[in-house]
Amino acid sequence: MEYSAKVMEHFTNPHNVGEIPDADGIGEIGNAKCGDIMKMYLKIENDVVVDVKFKTYGCASAIATSSIATDMIKGQPISEVLKLTNKAVVEALDGLPAVKIHCSVLAEQAVKAALADYYKRQGIDPEPIVGKIEDHDHDACHI
Amino acid sequence: MRYVYADNAATTPVSPKVVEAVLPYMTEFYGNPSSLYQTGQKAFRAVDKARQQVADALGAEKDEIFFTSGGSEADNWAIKGAAALGAKKGKKHLITTKIEHHAVLHTMAALEKQGFTVTYLDVYDNGIVRVEDVEKAITDETCLVTVMYANNEIGTIQPIAEIGKLCKEKGVLFHTDAVQAVGHVAIDVKEQNIDMLSLSGHKFHAVKGVGALYCKKGIRLPNLIEGGGQEKGRRAGTENVPGIVGLGVAITDMCENIEENAKKVSALRDRLFEGASKISHSRINGDREKRLPGNFSMCFEGIEGESLLLMLDMQGVCASSGSACTSGSLDPSHVLLAIGLKHEVAHGSLRLSLSESNTVEDVDYILEVLPPIVDRLRQMSPLWEHILENEKA
Repeated sequence: MEYSAKVMEHFTNPHNVGEIPDADGIGEIGNAKCGDIMKMYLKIENDVVVDVKFKTYGCASAIATSSIATDMIKGQPISEVLKLTNKAVVEALDGLPAVKIHCSVLAEQAVKAALADYYKRQGIDPEPIVGKIEDHDHDACHI
Repeated sequence: MRYVYADNAATTPVSPKVVEAVLPYMTEFYGNPSSLYQTGQKAFRAVDKARQQVADALGAEKDEIFFTSGGSEADNWAIKGAAALGAKKGKKHLITTKIEHHAVLHTMAALEKQGFTVTYLDVYDNGIVRVEDVEKAITDETCLVTVMYANNEIGTIQPIAEIGKLCKEKGVLFHTDAVQAVGHVAIDVKEQNIDMLSLSGHKFHAVKGVGALYCKKGIRLPNLIEGGGQEKGRRAGTENVPGIVGLGVAITDMCENIEENAKKVSALRDRLFEGASKISHSRINGDREKRLPGNFSMCFEGIEGESLLLMLDMQGVCASSGSACTSGSLDPSHVLLAIGLKHEVAHGSLRLSLSESNTVEDVDYILEVLPPIVDRLRQMSPLWEHILENEKA
């Protein structure tokens, strides 16, 4: 198993690490038993993600996928953020080892969970907009 | 940047003495030990000498040593062989522990598929099997007890002599996977009543791809590889002469210095434990006393092992972990789970395995770089946040 230079770069110096105290949406995905948890904080103004921060517990690829996902959505309108796929995350990192693909799924889901939270706070049912959030239990570790 | 190799339980550098001893058997005395001319006979005598050296290191006889490609092969041979011998007498039960190397556990799983039954003994929270549990598990159907000498992850040393004595009394074959122990702790197969023992050269400064099985005289293990007459026809194939020569030199060298090395290495390890234990929310894995001189194993809550290893690597430190991500499976190490750790704690494990080549400066360097890495990973970990929140609540 070998990580791309891009993965190592984002793991070594992850972008947008931290919290947003007055975030408009917060999403947390994964669980400790599986060995990875991602937490995304979004600041949204006029339907644009003006700021994003993350905290991740997990392996190098979990940290790298979180980092690049935040880069990919920062400054983007929600309509674009909703189009984020795990595949795009993998491509942006110049690939991930097969056993680490689930980390990219987590990154996509964490972003969507934060958006879902944003809608919920406004009393809007998020499911028709962001889809179903696939939070896994231990039996489904590494989906 | 300093480079610290602290993964000697994975493999060790080949010692200069071994390199020097091995070279002529590749360039000058390259003959086949089965050939009758001088260079062949020279190779034959070298293999013979190495066999004696391995036997002497274990308190065995020369004709009880069979060279193999390494520890996994020796484990497979001993266990499958003992199972085949047992099956002939209608004995199809084997006993082992939950913390064995996969070379043992996966061999057991294969035997279970063939209709054998296997008892996997607990090791409790200190990582040590209890002799009375072995005794309770033995039945009239039992054909083999196999208990590792020392664990590869948490370093715990098992009560081998006591189990050997018990198995002798009960008339059950006793095998031990001593891959982590040979060269590091004193072993005497006769005194400890060990019937079969597996070892691997690259764990004590010999080359990779060579090991041995000690098999007590009188145990007629089925042949492993059919072919020529090498290893008394029981494991055919032209001998790995350079590897075997190196194995002999390495084991002799290690056993001559065993006490001195153990004293030095365990002092370094204790210094590591003392320093790393200052990190909050950490724990030592495995019995504090009954462990290999060079084994350090700890868990740091709130972080994941692979990230920890990669960050240590960036600081020049080679280490290992039992997290799921590093074990290549969904679950963290079976050893850490067997001593009762929760998954999320086991994910944050760190193993450092020292050798006599390490220094106080190495240890102090690790203690300098480790705490800031743990801290950095915790600062970005939502799990760490949850741990602190739960404590407040």
